[in-house]
Amino acid sequence: MDPDLILAAQGVRYRYPGAGGDALAGVSLTARRGELVAVLGPNGSGKTTLLRVALGALVPAAGNAVVSGRPATAWTRRELARLVGVVPQREETVFPQRVREAVLLGRYPHLSMFGAERPVDHEAVNRALAQCDAAHLETRWLSTLSGGEHQRVRVARALAQEPVLLVLDEPTMSLDLRHEMELFELVRGLADRSRLAVVLVTHHVNLAARFADRVLLLDAGRPAGEGTPGAVLTRETVERVFAWPVAIETYQGAPQMIPLRRRPPV
Amino acid sequence: MKWAGLTALAVLAFGLAVLLGPAHVPVADLWRSPIVRDLRLPRAVLAFLVGGSLGVAGASLQALVRNPLADPYLLGLSGGASLGAVAAIALHVTGPWALPLAAFLGALVAMGLVYRLGLVGGAELDPRVLVLAGVAVGAFAAAISTAIVSLSEATALRNAFLWLWGGLSGANWETVLVLCLYAPLPLAVLYAAARPLDLLALGEEPAGYLGVDVRALKRWVYVAASLLTAAAVAVSGVIGFVGLIVPHIGRLVWGHRHRALLPVAFLGGGTLLSLADTVARVAVAPRELPVGIVTALVGVPVFALLLRRWTRT
Repeated sequence: MDPDLILAAQGVRYRYPGAGGDALAGVSLTARRGELVAVLGPNGSGKTTLLRVALGALVPAAGNAVVSGRPATAWTRRELARLVGVVPQREETVFPQRVREAVLLGRYPHLSMFGAERPVDHEAVNRALAQCDAAHLETRWLSTLSGGEHQRVRVARALAQEPVLLVLDEPTMSLDLRHEMELFELVRGLADRSRLAVVLVTHHVNLAARFADRVLLLDAGRPAGEGTPGAVLTRETVERVFAWPVAIETYQGAPQMIPLRRRPPV
Repeated sequence: MKWAGLTALAVLAFGLAVLLGPAHVPVADLWRSPIVRDLRLPRAVLAFLVGGSLGVAGASLQALVRNPLADPYLLGLSGGASLGAVAAIALHVTGPWALPLAAFLGALVAMGLVYRLGLVGGAELDPRVLVLAGVAVGAFAAAISTAIVSLSEATALRNAFLWLWGGLSGANWETVLVLCLYAPLPLAVLYAAARPLDLLALGEEPAGYLGVDVRALKRWVYVAASLLTAAAVAVSGVIGFVGLIVPHIGRLVWGHRHRALLPVAFLGGGTLLSLADTVARVAVAPRELPVGIVTALVGVPVFALLLRRWTRT
């Protein structure tokens, strides 16, 4: 078996209870160490559902999801949290928290039931904060952070888990240009320097094309293409999946999509 | 510093509960006096245990339903317990354990009912549904209790009324022993859940990705907090506001990490109820106020202040 293969979901089919159709059918997703894989697709195309199945939170009706050589559902949540760090799309903030406390939550899967945090836990938190360029924020309240800072803290929390796979679900939603680019640079760096396998769900076709090694394009729960950005993001495929006319240009070897106006300016 | 202050306050409250009372006992005779040994001491211990249990149950339930304004009675337990007790009083069931047992059974039935209603789709304990189910079950039980009370004769009515507002006058070493044997298990379960409860505040899916078995956590916390509350109600009646205010103040001073907050809630709850019970015994001596009235008289203004502060930030 390929020791670098961290995540392998094959032929996954899933239908939400009571739903009329499959949310996913015949979808496969793999991620290796040092690799950044982007999952693309319109709203409701099954991106988040795919993550849930891949991480054992949902049990597929067909196909399977394997994390580090074992079915995702065979790991306990605790064991899985030591392998996979997730930055979910949404979370609640019922009780206010400081940055360091928030990142320390990432150490939970490494702690014993009654034991206190050990020095190694605080070192892991320091490393995670440093990696995300968030060390200077550690005493701040989460509610006082900017959107970009908050996302970096959430990535740091996932890194504090010391995972081999990092999964991010639309982490740059509602971030401005600079913070968005900083986040893409950060996760690319984690794949390159820390040899993490990274799965990134995003709406940003162009940034995915420039940063990802491979992309998976979903269309209403079906795979519309999987492979290098250049092979998947052709004009025909993108127009069909996103239901909008586009032109594809190449910039530094990566395909870049330009949405066309239906009525060109005169 | 905070801890030293709280501990000192707890010791002071306990000391006052032993020292003060309608009968004057000289300090020199304190350890020989049967009044202290058989009445004040068990009552002080019971007040501390009940208050501490309510504090811990409240703090845990707030984390479980992810609402800082939840309290131990939110889930319909007080309604169920009251119905059990009122029914026992009206039916003239006698014996030292009749009332606590009936209250305990009533609380368990309410708890089972709410739990069943909260299992939406057969699996999930949805916190919003839990709260609604608790309110509904509580209201239903309260309606039946009131019907029973309105049909019963005067003495039973007075007893039921006093019970509904809480009181520790039934305290003796036997009750203390039963609670001492009973409470540690749910308290330990809740303390073991302290860290996962921190994570649950992020929401169920994020907590799961951080390694929490959310479904098991919700069940354990729900059952442990309910059993703790049921026991407290059974021995002392419905004592409001302790489980709401104490965790709230604890959160303001200690923050939201439950490994610190739960012990704080225990000490703080015990302190508050000890003080309240001392006031209840001494204020209108030789008669006694229901302790729930004291906690409400202190609790409501404090709570109003907290609420203002909370909504401002």
